[in-house]
Parts: sequence; structure tokens; C-alpha cells
Amino acid sequence: MKVYWSKENKALLSELVRTDFKLRYQGSVLGYAWSLLKPLLLFVILYVVFVSFLGIGKDLPHFPVYLLLGIVLWNFFVEMTSQSLGSIVGRGDLIRKIRIPRWMIVLASSILATINMLLSLIVVFIFMIINGVGVTWGLLMLPIYLVIIYMLAIGMSFFLSAAYVKFRDINYIWEVILQAGFYATPIIYPLQIVKNATIEKILLLNPLAQAIQGARYHVVTHETLTAGGMLRGSWYIIIPFLVTLIIFIGGILYFRSQADSFAENI
Amino acid sequence: MNENTAIHISHLSKDFKLPHDRQNSLKGRVVNFRKRGYEIQQALKDISFDVKKGEFLGIVGRNGSGKSTLLKLIAGIYMPSKGIIQVEGRLTPFIELGVGFSPELSGRDNVYLNGALLGFSRAEMESMYDDIVEFAELKDFMDQKLKNYSSGMQVRLAFSIAIKVNTDVLVLDEVLAVGDAAFQQKCFDYFMDLKKQKKTVILVTHDMGAVRQYCDRAIMIEKGTVAEEGSPERVAMAYQQLFVKEIEDQQERDNIEGERWGSGEIRAISTSTKVTKEMVTITTKYIANKTTENPVFGITIYSPSDVGLIDANTYQVEKRTGHIEKGKSISMTWEIPNLFVKGRYRVSTGCASSSFHQIYDQVMGAASFRIAHDTPTGGVIYPSVVLNNFSVGKSDENHSVNKV
Repeated sequence: MKVYWSKENKALLSELVRTDFKLRYQGSVLGYAWSLLKPLLLFVILYVVFVSFLGIGKDLPHFPVYLLLGIVLWNFFVEMTSQSLGSIVGRGDLIRKIRIPRWMIVLASSILATINMLLSLIVVFIFMIINGVGVTWGLLMLPIYLVIIYMLAIGMSFFLSAAYVKFRDINYIWEVILQAGFYATPIIYPLQIVKNATIEKILLLNPLAQAIQGARYHVVTHETLTAGGMLRGSWYIIIPFLVTLIIFIGGILYFRSQADSFAENI
Repeated sequence: MNENTAIHISHLSKDFKLPHDRQNSLKGRVVNFRKRGYEIQQALKDISFDVKKGEFLGIVGRNGSGKSTLLKLIAGIYMPSKGIIQVEGRLTPFIELGVGFSPELSGRDNVYLNGALLGFSRAEMESMYDDIVEFAELKDFMDQKLKNYSSGMQVRLAFSIAIKVNTDVLVLDEVLAVGDAAFQQKCFDYFMDLKKQKKTVILVTHDMGAVRQYCDRAIMIEKGTVAEEGSPERVAMAYQQLFVKEIEDQQERDNIEGERWGSGEIRAISTSTKVTKEMVTITTKYIANKTTENPVFGITIYSPSDVGLIDANTYQVEKRTGHIEKGKSISMTWEIPNLFVKGRYRVSTGCASSSFHQIYDQVMGAASFRIAHDTPTGGVIYPSVVLNNFSVGKSDENHSVNKV
């Protein structure tokens, strides 16, 4: 572990993150404000379409906050995986000419996504106050769900970024999967809308759905359906956690097995 | 590993898998999806050598010889297929200057970024920063974005980082190839410094002058193996020898691959040349595929600038070649006084029917010969030119130019 967390690696990580952060909003007038504006604008669109027009979520208290938190967490996953996916190939010039730990590149892009997510959470908290959501001890549960989503996303990121070096189709496949995942995960609709208990349970086996629902349950409203509530007493409840763990470890192992040959395969 | 050894390389091999891309059809791809073929290319074969501490080692070799692969293995960018590489201390490779430079960042940010990429902590970079800026002579520009630098300034900054970083082993690839004369001079001064400081340096270059001047020892890589190892002089000679050999190989290939046409009643099999100081001898062997009457055989010699210098055939010299039966072999030798100046001459051979109506066989560039020695006079040919008289006469009033 000491090898991984050396002075040099710390310097490298901070420089990589710093550079990416500086370059991200290079030349834009609003700069970092876009980190806050992007989820907010998406929220406005979804709110207008799904809540105002279609009247979804009327039965759920604090649905706007519920919706926004879901969007922020989902975006965290999407941003991290899609940015990491191309990160190794995108840094090909470095990898072919310099000896840097390859995992640093993925880690740096994951940290950037995390910073963005934390900034977005500020917006969520402001909305919570405006919307009158009570601040409870449940808020302390949020970091746990963030860690679960992070583990899932970083595992996936390691896998995708390594696979993308060899199979450039991954890019398109992952786009489609994310598109499907956006609807398969109860983000824009409350899970109650499904009305079929079996399907609800199946949807909650998705580790991301389980984590987002869990976060909503503890932060926004206890009326959120969660894996814990739906699958109480069944061994199925471990599936989301197991999947997360498998993706986390599997992704890292796959990345490790491939990392040595990145320089010649890119 | 000996304590005086900086780098220990033992039985190092590197293979690359080059995938075939021959499945053009979609079906072919789907069918062969699982067993996509690849070819294994051996870039390096069983290389062993050590680099001592404080040694300035040159690595030379032609393009594609495997020297860049070797360098990347030493730098830890590639992993060896077989064998081991041990490095004592911190090794900093400069495969290219300014890797990771970002045009949108300031000069200062780029220095720290570049340093971090090379494995230096922020504190280490801070201690080297002033030196780097001073050497690059860019003190007033460090807060400007790199994209506003001229290319010369960018190179200066990158090179200053390469120079000023404190490292145990420095690996430099072709850094001499960039920059103007002033910059190159700076490089040379820097190498002299490194040599004095007894730093361990590995320099990859095509410049034999640099090898002779700075290296304590050199290695030549050819076709993935160590072809020569030893004093810089010895390796530089071997390297230059490679190109002489290459030219000869080329010549031989040209001999075979000349353009050719004709109906083929008689065909040339081979043409050889022999050059002495007095005489150029050209011999061509033919085979008769059909029986012919009085065919004409000839040669043409082209100058280095592709001008037809000599055109000679059996008809001109009134040699009746007579009745030649099918299956017979024919040999023809021409002797030409060596009046050629330095350069490479091509020989074409031809064979035609007695009336010249039909070309049996015409081979362009059937052979070539090279005149290596310098001739006292220039021009296209060198006949024995004799200076018969040279005298300076008395002043002639009538022809004086100065007369007004």
C-alpha cells in the first residue's frame, strides 16, 4: 500500500486532477458554475416534463428534491464511467512516453467526477432547505451510499477504460447501456408507479437503484421504496451489494491484468 | 547485482502481437471473431548488458532496429516478454520533450505537471523550479499560457526540465534532433556537464559525432540483438558500415528488378560487371528458347544522371552471330576502357532479330557498376587528358586590358 501511496503518486494525482479541473471549463464564461448549473438545468427539464405535464410523483412528499438527488447521483455514475472510459486511450501520448502508474489516470478522472458530484450536492441541500425537508440523522447515511456508488462506478471505470484500449466498440455499447439504465433505474419516476411488486423487486436488485433509493430514503422521505424494505428477510437483499463488490474487484483485477500492455496496444 | 551497476539487463526479449486484419467481410469477422489471427514480431531477442554507475552509454541502430523498444523497456513503459531489467535508483526517461504539456495551462503549471508526470513530488519540483526557469530564460513568461509561447520557447522550457531534474539515471532519446543551432550547442554543453558530473546517462542517437564525443561506451542494436558493443569509435564504425552494406544490397536488388520486355526467343539470364582501373568488363549470358538466325546482341551503359553513354551491339561491330539453335547458351563479353568518372553506372542488355524488327529481350538496369575512385578531371568521362602546354607570356601592349 505504501508503494501505491507514495509522495510521487500523490503529487501526480493532484496535478492530474488540478489540470483536468482547470481545463474543463477553459474559456467558458461561467466556469465552475457549470458544475452546478448542469444538473440544475437537467432537473428543470425533467421536472417540467414529468411532474408538471405528466403529473408523476404527486403522491410523494418533496418530490422535487427526491428527483434532484436521484439525478445528481445518477449523473455521478454516468460522468465517472463515461469520462474514465476514454481516459486511458485519451492519455495515450503519456502512456507511450512516460512511466506513470496507469491506474492513476482512472483514479484522477474519478476524483474529478466526485468533486463535481459534491458541488452538485450543495444544490441539493439548498433545495432541501427551500422545500422544507427536515434535516435528520439520516443524512449521515448519505456518505455510505456515495461510497457504494463510487465503488460501483470506479470498478466499472477500470473495466471500461482497459477494455476500450482493445475494443473500441465499448464506447457505443456503454452509451446504449447507460441510456437503458436511465430508465431501468427509478430516477425520474417513483418506483411505486410500477405497481408490480415483482418488477419493483427486480429493479431494486440493480445496485445503483438500490443505492439511489437508499439515499433518498434516508435524506428525503421514508416513503421511498428500498431494497431493504422490499426484500426484507430474503437472501436476495445481498445481491446488490454482491454485484457492487464483484464489479469493484473484478474491474480492478481486469485493469491490472491489462495495464502492462497498454503502451503497446493503444 | 553489483553495487556499481546502475542498470542490469539480462536475456531481455520483447515480442509484439500484430493482429491480422484480413477479414474484410462482416461475415468473416463474425465467423472468425474468437480466433482473430495475429503475428508475433520479435522486436528484441535475448539482450544482455549492464550500465555502470556514472557511465555515459550510447545506443545506436537504424530505424526499426529495436532500439526504441529497448529504451521503452528500460524506461518501464513496455514490459519485457522474457528476461529482467533491474534499475538502481531513480530513472527519468525523456523519450520526447514536453510530454503532457498542455497549451491551455501557464508555463508554471506545465512545469509542475511535467514534473509530477516524471515522478517528482511538489516539494522536489519547488526546489528545482527556479533553476529550470532560469535555464530556460523564461522568467517573465511563466504566468502566460503555453499556447502563447513560440515553439522555440516551448522547447526551451521542456529541455530545461529535462536538464535540471535531479535524477540518478537519465534516458534521452534523440533530443538532439530538435532545435536550432544555438539550442543544439546548449545540448552539447549540457552533455559535457553531465559527463563531468559523472551522471549515468543513456543516449539514443543517430549522430555518431555525439557518440564519439560524449559516450564512454556504446551499443549497436541491429535486428533486435546487440550487434556491436564496445568503445564509441568501434561502434560508430560498425554503424557506418551498416549503410555501406545497405547500398550494396540495394545495388544487387536493382540488378534483378530492372524493367524488362521482349518476345523471349532469346533471354538474358545474368549480367555481371567487373571494374579495374583500366577496363570495365561486362558479361551477359543468354539462353535460346527458339532457334534464330543472326540475332543482334547489345548493351547500353547509362551515366549516373541516366544519360545513355555507350550503345554497342554485335551488328555495329559486324559480328555475324549465325544460326543459334534452341536450347543453346550464349555468352557475350564487352570490354570498355575505364574512362568513367566517379559514380554508379547502369547497364541495360538487349537482344533483337537481325533486322531489329523484333525485340527478343530487353532488360533495363540488368546490372550496374560503381566507380569509387576520384578522377583528376571532372565532367562526364575521363579520357587521359594531358596538359600539353601552360605558359605565361610577356605583357602585350596591344592586348592590355587596362589601357584606356
